[in-house]
Amino acid sequence: MSKGRFGIHGGQYMPETLMNAVIELEEAYDHYKKDETFNRELIELLNEYAGRPSRLYYAARMTEDLGGAKVYLKREDLNHTGSHKINNVLGQVLLAKKMGKTRVIAETGAGQHGVATATAAALMDMECEVFMGREDIKRQALNVYRMRLLGARVHQVDSGTGTLKDAVSETMREWTKRIQDTHYVLGSVMGPHPFPTIVRDFQAVISREIKAQLFEKEGKLPDAVLACVGGGSNAMGAFYHFIGDEQVRLIGCEAAGRGIDTAETAATIATGRLGIFHGMKSYFCQDEYGQIAPVYSISAGLDYPGIGPEHAHLHDIGRAQYVPVTDEEAVEAFEYLSRIEGIIPAIESAHAVAYARKLAPQMRKDQIIVINISGRGDKDCAAIARYRGEDIYE
Amino acid sequence: MSNLRRAFENGKAFIPFITCGDPSLEVTEQLVYAMEESGADLIELGIPFSDPTSEGPVIQAANMRALAGGVTTDKVFAMVERIRKKTRIPLAFMTYANVVFSYGSERFIAKAAEAGIDGLILPDVPFEEKEEFDDLCRQYGLDLISMVAPTSQERIRQIAEGADGFIYCVSSLGVTGARSRIAADVGAMVRHIKQVRQIPCAVGFGISTPEQAQAMAAVSDGVIVGSALVELCGHYKDGCVPYVAAYVRKMKEAVGRNF
Repeated sequence: MSKGRFGIHGGQYMPETLMNAVIELEEAYDHYKKDETFNRELIELLNEYAGRPSRLYYAARMTEDLGGAKVYLKREDLNHTGSHKINNVLGQVLLAKKMGKTRVIAETGAGQHGVATATAAALMDMECEVFMGREDIKRQALNVYRMRLLGARVHQVDSGTGTLKDAVSETMREWTKRIQDTHYVLGSVMGPHPFPTIVRDFQAVISREIKAQLFEKEGKLPDAVLACVGGGSNAMGAFYHFIGDEQVRLIGCEAAGRGIDTAETAATIATGRLGIFHGMKSYFCQDEYGQIAPVYSISAGLDYPGIGPEHAHLHDIGRAQYVPVTDEEAVEAFEYLSRIEGIIPAIESAHAVAYARKLAPQMRKDQIIVINISGRGDKDCAAIARYRGEDIYE
Repeated sequence: MSNLRRAFENGKAFIPFITCGDPSLEVTEQLVYAMEESGADLIELGIPFSDPTSEGPVIQAANMRALAGGVTTDKVFAMVERIRKKTRIPLAFMTYANVVFSYGSERFIAKAAEAGIDGLILPDVPFEEKEEFDDLCRQYGLDLISMVAPTSQERIRQIAEGADGFIYCVSSLGVTGARSRIAADVGAMVRHIKQVRQIPCAVGFGISTPEQAQAMAAVSDGVIVGSALVELCGHYKDGCVPYVAAYVRKMKEAVGRNF
């Protein structure tokens, strides 16, 4: 079995042209993750630039309203650039810089990863190009402008369905064209080895902090950790340091779109099956002949037909549970958290909030739920307004 | 000797690639006969995939057209069975790992062998991942084709040692599609492979003109052309057969020049 496996999942299903690039990346990462200077610089960036540690906030009004478990919100939305994406990006761009790369490329769905990459590239003086699907450029016009403002070039991807999977494909194609000076900053715990491991390690700061912060506030572990899952980077980060704590339920909330019984869904665990795509073996939404399905979700960041290989493995062994959440439930949760706590979550994160609304009332008052609020919802306001039939201008 | 190796017995090989079902499987079948007639030594049949990450815009578009036209893996198998009643020309499938894996790798490879396919090319299966396909290919008598790229360097040894049929030498960085200039030192790549092992080396990616084909054939055992042909299929649609045949004749002539 090849390297980078999580159970049967993962691997390196990549064109030969890129194999030395991923091997070089793996060697560099193995070196720098143990390098004192690298780690000191990264912590400095995370703390002083991105604003870590992010708060673990006790949502008293939400807790009272739901009448069950105590609800804590991990406020990744308060990070610089507005989401958890910056954790991974600062790590990868710093690593790229150490490797002598001068140019970074990235895919983006909602635009959060693209904005984070453009930000880190501006900070570390790297050339930056971002690939974004035609449909997402329409849905997330503000983030397109932010990336340009930060000095990145944004390329519209017209192939396929013009969404996140096509942006990933196009960024991989771009990488095969220019490898020597270029690092591909993959945005999630997916793709070929070593990306799922690198991204997970850089995002694991989330669960490391949750554990310490909750221990300080409550003196114990949470009973459940909830996070939304597309590729699965914020969820992997929020789960990682709890995997060994068997009593902590880990719940990934997938985008069901218009429902898992419709074709307009992106819930991979609920509707997909085992396949090989984008460099990895994992679960994918696909037809009987292995053609990748044109998935759908109101959330551009979760609109992806696969899931990271470590999540697929956690599902196989029953360590984590994956639940589908519809557009309608997510939009209601988006509005709910805004009103009850004065916190506008990203529509992606709202999927986790939606499931917490179902789960918390079934739990005891001495139990604790942590919801990872992976990003802030400013970028989604116009789209949600449109969903509710109100045509506003950004 | 595998049927695939026979492609290299008739001087320098010319190896055309077409996407099955673009514009239709009936035309694909006619193209196979016409290309054989025009001097093709081996034909690569692309089974369309929704997200072909190694392809440039021309072959991507052909994949989309073929899938929109209702092509499936089973229909491609049926077409190959029809073709095999009329010709023994070496045939290889070129597709992506998921098309094989999702069908059931063993079921796919057994059916391909039974239909009369000689080789399989999977651009997203590198040396590190080939075992799960290679063992089955050997069991059913198919050659799993290995690729070598301009970036392969010291990887060439292990790739060449484990290769079957022929080696697909990727001429340039990037994805498939015509280029005005081939920058990589293909001659050095082929020499490196031959130092490890005597195995036919065919060069593909970016070749579209007879001059390029002649130059690449001079330093290798054969030339693979995809996008330039697929472009003809896309342009002339149902009427593409004579144009493709003429192009293949011209290219076969070019690879045979000077020898």
